[in-house]
Amino acid sequence: MHELSIVSSIVDTVTESAAVYPGARVVEVRLRVGALASVVEDSLQFCYGIATEGTALEGSRLVVKVLPVVMHCVPCGEDVALEGVQSFRCPKCGEPCFDLRQGRELEIEAIEIEEADGVEKAGVTA
Amino acid sequence: MTTRIVELRRGILKKNDELAAGLRDRYATAGVLVLNLVSSPGTGKTAFLEWTLIELRKRGARVAALVGDLETDNDARRLAASGAPVRQINTHGICHLDAEMISKHLDGWELGSLDYLFIENVGNLVCPSSYDLGEGIRVVLLSVTEGEDKPLKYPAMFNSADAAVITKMDLAAPCAFDRWEALKNINEIRPGMRIFETSAKTGAGIEEWLGYLEEKRVGRGH
Repeated sequence: MHELSIVSSIVDTVTESAAVYPGARVVEVRLRVGALASVVEDSLQFCYGIATEGTALEGSRLVVKVLPVVMHCVPCGEDVALEGVQSFRCPKCGEPCFDLRQGRELEIEAIEIEEADGVEKAGVTA
Repeated sequence: MTTRIVELRRGILKKNDELAAGLRDRYATAGVLVLNLVSSPGTGKTAFLEWTLIELRKRGARVAALVGDLETDNDARRLAASGAPVRQINTHGICHLDAEMISKHLDGWELGSLDYLFIENVGNLVCPSSYDLGEGIRVVLLSVTEGEDKPLKYPAMFNSADAAVITKMDLAAPCAFDRWEALKNINEIRPGMRIFETSAKTGAGIEEWLGYLEEKRVGRGH
């Protein structure tokens, strides 16, 4: 159950990124989470509510996009998405796959902020 | 009010990943092979490591270990009986080791004087899979008492490992352990992974395991 430390790290990063937009409110945080990232969305959501209290993220939505595992299949010569994480075989030819190309991501893709009109962004030129 | 989307594309564990990359460079410069041992609680990581340290020392290898637990230094004391330098890392509730904890606990150790450094992670098959410790080899352990479907239940961990060790093979018969099923499941999650069937009690599998360690250490070019 390391979701709370993950969420704390999200709060730190987003707070820092949003600070260049004075007076802005964070309304949404979008994550990309690989199917092998070992985090549970329900736990993230639960911790998110607690960890964002009293921060610039309070009241914002957490949107989690789960990415399927993508392996490189040598016989097929292409990257293939797996249907689940119970078998690391190519869904087309059935051969085992050794080379993981996607599935461990754990990243903040973007944030959506609401800016009060007429406030200049600090330290960043448009 | 103006709504704006700000692209970040930032890894959430970036800080750990950067620290781990620094550790990986340090290990490479020192020429030490670092292994991260992960499993459920009770698989027998400590017994397996104790036995590995003793056997490696008998063969003249220079070894050390870091051992992670939520509380107590019982494991460090057990491992230190092998004569190897051992340090305990108490995480006080944190369910995994991270690169910063490793870095702190390496203070004062001359890595260049070691052939192998073992890191026994906190017993947990979920969270440690996300935290790179800069290790050269991640070893996942599974005991015959746990059920053959463990790899299917914890695919993220088994898929991230480089080698698998089945422990307590001396109990395979009383536990009605289905060896073929276990091997098949490991292979389904991590095709081609090296698997060692061991017993710290009877000594089964030690030669193959030590041979693998030697092969990996030499294979790194020193």
